[in-house]
Amino acid sequence: MSKFAKKKSGELPAVSTASLPDIVFMLLFFFMTVTVMKDSSLKVENNLPSASEIKKLEKKDRVITIYVGKPTPEYAKVFGTESKIQLNDKFADPSDVGDFILMERAKKSQELQNVLTTSLKVDKNANMGIISDIKEELRKVNALKVNYTTVTGDAFTNLQ
Amino acid sequence: MANREEVPKVNAGSMADIAFLLLIFFLVTTSIETDAGLHRMLPRINHEPPLPISERNILPVSINGDGKLLVANELRDLAELRALTIAFLDNGGALQNDKRYCDYCRGDRNQQSSDSPLEAVVSLMSNRETSYGVYISVQNELVGAFNDLRNREAQRLYYMDYTKMESIYLNPETSKVVKEDLKLKIKKIQELFPLNLSEAERN
Repeated sequence: MSKFAKKKSGELPAVSTASLPDIVFMLLFFFMTVTVMKDSSLKVENNLPSASEIKKLEKKDRVITIYVGKPTPEYAKVFGTESKIQLNDKFADPSDVGDFILMERAKKSQELQNVLTTSLKVDKNANMGIISDIKEELRKVNALKVNYTTVTGDAFTNLQ
Repeated sequence: MANREEVPKVNAGSMADIAFLLLIFFLVTTSIETDAGLHRMLPRINHEPPLPISERNILPVSINGDGKLLVANELRDLAELRALTIAFLDNGGALQNDKRYCDYCRGDRNQQSSDSPLEAVVSLMSNRETSYGVYISVQNELVGAFNDLRNREAQRLYYMDYTKMESIYLNPETSKVVKEDLKLKIKKIQELFPLNLSEAERN
């Protein structure tokens, strides 16, 4: 009759799930903090070309994005299959780019207005003509810092 | 009144379910991406005529509508472009007693090619029909040539790659002291090999 007699029980004790919510909450908070909500849905095809000599765009709040590419199939009926510029949620002409940049620049705080970068997200099948038009417009409004946004990879794969 | 002691417990069993629901929502909507790409500065609009540059200091690179590459009036393959550009930039053709003499160049010192990296300009010309993918590949090779040369000088002077210094400098977690130090070094290297790359459109 020892004091420490083993409890005779055939059934296994249930695994406590009390800490499960904590674990899940931890994951939840992680994803909540890293999430960036998409502010505009893509209406153009956007297969970025790859490049190896790239620099990161670290600060998201200093970037204005311009998308260029063929309209996606659902918009192709209306807008055709030629490459188009997308600013925010709308298709636009090269002549609208200047106004768009000025408007976006006015939205940013004073100290950021001089350090903005324009990120050009251009489909690799687009032509340079439209890019030249955009660059010309950017020069007119003095938005000279440009980033040709690409994916990391071998640049030679763009040729195929 | 005695009953007050026994407050009924709230069943927390469904808490996990609710949290899971939220978790799945954020999982689906998340896109973890840091954008990266080739940085370029566009030239300012000025109406003055450009300064005359002697022809040997310009490396003309043009791409036609079919993605064919013409470097210094010869049809070339994209794979050769980097080596050609490095040879051009690093040439250092100016004579020893010239004030433009480049003492860190290791090129052929060919009199027909560029005087010094400070004078040399790579001129990239494209056509309206050129595909953007090809254009980026060419830009990538040109920037790569500059980076290779800058890395070489940075290794010689500071035992570190230029691209590495730059990525440390751009990293927001880097401390201020390190940044100040790197800023000077980066500037020095950029002065040795300035990114003289002009992009133009030719119809």
